[in-house]
Amino acid sequence: MIQDAIHARFQLDYPGFSLQVDLELPGRGVTALFGHSGSGKTTLLRLIAGLTRVSDGYLKVNGEVWQEGREFLPTHRRPLGYVFQEASLFPHLSARANLAYGMKRAGDAAMGREALAQAVELLGIGHLLDRRPQQLSGGERQRVAIARALALHPKLLLMDEPLAALDLKRKQEILPYLERLHDALEIPVLYVSHSPDEVARLADTLVLMEQGRVRAQGPVSELFSRLDLTLAQDQDASAIIEGVVLSHNDDYALSRLEIPGGFLTVARLQRDIHEQVRVRIHARDVSLALDDPGTSSIINILPARILELREIEQAQVLVKLCTGAGERTPLLARITRHSRDRLRLYEGQSVFAQVKAVALMD
Amino acid sequence: MGFSEADLQAIGLTLRLASLVTVVLLILGTPIAWWLARTRSRWKGPVGAVVALPLVLPPTVLGLYLLLLLGPNGPVGQFTQWLGLGLLPFTFWGLVVASVFYSLPFVVQPIQNAIEALGKRPLEVAATLRAGPWDRFFTVVVPLAKPGFFTAAILGFAHTVGEFGVVLMIGGNIPGATRVVSVQIYDHVEAMEYGQAHWLAATMVVFSFLVLLVLYSLNPNQRRF
Amino acid sequence: MRCISPLLAITVSLTSVAQAEEVSVAVAANFTGPMQEIAAAFAEDTEHEAKAAFGSSGKFYAQIKNGAPFEVFLSADAAKPARLAEDGFTVPGSNFTYALGSLVLWSADAERIPAGEGAAVLQAGEFRKLAIANPKTAPYGAAAVATLQALDVEDAIKPKLVQGENIAQTYQFVSTGNAELGFVALSQVIQDGEIGSGSGWRVPAELHEPIRQDAVVLTQGKDNPAAQALMEYLHGERARNIIRAYGYNLPE
Repeated sequence: MIQDAIHARFQLDYPGFSLQVDLELPGRGVTALFGHSGSGKTTLLRLIAGLTRVSDGYLKVNGEVWQEGREFLPTHRRPLGYVFQEASLFPHLSARANLAYGMKRAGDAAMGREALAQAVELLGIGHLLDRRPQQLSGGERQRVAIARALALHPKLLLMDEPLAALDLKRKQEILPYLERLHDALEIPVLYVSHSPDEVARLADTLVLMEQGRVRAQGPVSELFSRLDLTLAQDQDASAIIEGVVLSHNDDYALSRLEIPGGFLTVARLQRDIHEQVRVRIHARDVSLALDDPGTSSIINILPARILELREIEQAQVLVKLCTGAGERTPLLARITRHSRDRLRLYEGQSVFAQVKAVALMD
Repeated sequence: MGFSEADLQAIGLTLRLASLVTVVLLILGTPIAWWLARTRSRWKGPVGAVVALPLVLPPTVLGLYLLLLLGPNGPVGQFTQWLGLGLLPFTFWGLVVASVFYSLPFVVQPIQNAIEALGKRPLEVAATLRAGPWDRFFTVVVPLAKPGFFTAAILGFAHTVGEFGVVLMIGGNIPGATRVVSVQIYDHVEAMEYGQAHWLAATMVVFSFLVLLVLYSLNPNQRRF
Repeated sequence: MRCISPLLAITVSLTSVAQAEEVSVAVAANFTGPMQEIAAAFAEDTEHEAKAAFGSSGKFYAQIKNGAPFEVFLSADAAKPARLAEDGFTVPGSNFTYALGSLVLWSADAERIPAGEGAAVLQAGEFRKLAIANPKTAPYGAAAVATLQALDVEDAIKPKLVQGENIAQTYQFVSTGNAELGFVALSQVIQDGEIGSGSGWRVPAELHEPIRQDAVVLTQGKDNPAAQALMEYLHGERARNIIRAYGYNLPE
């Protein structure tokens, strides 16, 4: 298997904005390009698609050079799929004709039909095909647009905030489809987003962008709990934990998960035993105790060690912990400065983390 | 009262001229409109202004300059002679050239507006769906900018039918070659043959109205224009 | 023109002596030069003022029939004043010929027409285009066709004819070189009594009907003493000299 299958190096200077990146990205799974608006994440995606062109750039995808020096493969020759932020269906074509538009041009008809059938199935749009874009809801349109990109049988899928233009309800409608994509697709996906929630649910790898530069890059769970990055300083700062369903307790309506080096008890999941799940624990839902509270209403009490303490506001301190036997599972806790001083917390100290709530991500 | 032989000849000639000019204008005007709608070049202003010049210049003035330009001492005239095509003034093709130039803004501007209103996005989408430049133009731009092309064709045709000053100047009023309806009407008026002038003018008005009506009915979505 | 006249009327009432009047004249475009000089002389000699509008006789005809406020009409032909008289738009009996046009075969090329050999040039037929004014609407055009007929070259030359809508446009066809030859008005090319530029041949008057340019007092000018004064002035020696200097002839 080829690691770092996408190599992108670009430099671009506009008045008031410059971009300079040199990235190695995995050739599988979902990589989120994450950052505030103006951080250059969409520009980077457009550079990779060839929609924006710079003279000084290098791009190699799965062994194929798309741009190097004066060589530049125009967008329509790049085997990619692109999902735009806003609904971008051709208004003069039906949903079916929109799907066919790219498929016809992508070559291999048999493979296209298969890819199309799979995309239609995956996105649940079989009943919408004869409608015009104007007769579809925003969420439906975006699902058709995603299917249209998939029907090309692309070697790289680029998604530019595909949910940003949708309201919460529509987002909730599409997210399950995207999660299925994540599980079903064999190809690398670059997913631009400024929503930690989407990234936490969908991405494996995270590229954090700030002012046209790559601030950090790594597995999602690692970057979410890095105190020096903006993600951890957000109100919604949280730890992302991968786990496996171990057992269900139907009597109490609870499920038990195994996480690296420990266990979590959560509300009953509609998942099979041994299924992989991803959970998110908000820093504000974790409190710390020096001794094992023993008798407490809180079920999840995890022995942990303090890795780092950082004041984020006058009254607040963010604590990075690791839990489990191998200390492999990161955890974040947000406590008051007053508590830190009262408990005399220090780095390397062993504590007990009380987890009040666990949110299931997928 | 009916049409004289000369009137009928003028009508036929006018229709031939207007149809041909419309086709030439669409072929010629579209790339210009495209360029004007898309370019960030500093030449956009000057080129746009040149295209719009016929809107401001009186037709006879324009005609005079075209006569100088296309004439035996003008640069274009010397070029056409060098090509072995002879001189354009006083020929049907001279009228075509003059009318194309004169009606250019009426064709370029609606198409330019339509392309500008379209924005870049549909083209980018098409590119990510493997469509090459020409493919994008015919499968995305043409269907989406159809109202603009329709308007351009209507205006180009109508304006050529109604054109008079330039035609008078470049044409030399030769029956069957350059004597179009508008000139024929003018001749009737100047010769105080008002009856024939009215008859021909009324026909022209009714015809133009019908053409416009048909085209507008075929194309009711005029939102952008 | 019409917009200014109230203002002029005020100016006139404040500055002029009682009998000084103003007359509004529609003048054929080919007579622009001489009329400007005549108007200046007229103002000097009579204290009346002639306000002239220049344009196509055909358009003036249509405007007059539809109530344009002209008081005197100097047409480029005899037909239009006659028609206006028939239709009752003129002061009866006021028509007269104020000038006779002279036809010239002219080329912008000084070598094209050797002195006195115009007829030979036409008969040789070695040219691409010959411009004439529209014979249907312009008297100079009709005279040009008559000339070709008299020289017995009409059929040979017909395919080479291009028509200017009026004598001014015909002159432009020839002066820009688009037509090598053309029948124009002597008044268009004359300079100090000679053909000023290019080369030309004065067409003998017997080859065509005289090109009569008639003037007429319109109904609106019936009671304006300045209108009458202008008609008389056009008969006067000073006006006739100006008219001749511009290459027109005068009726005996």
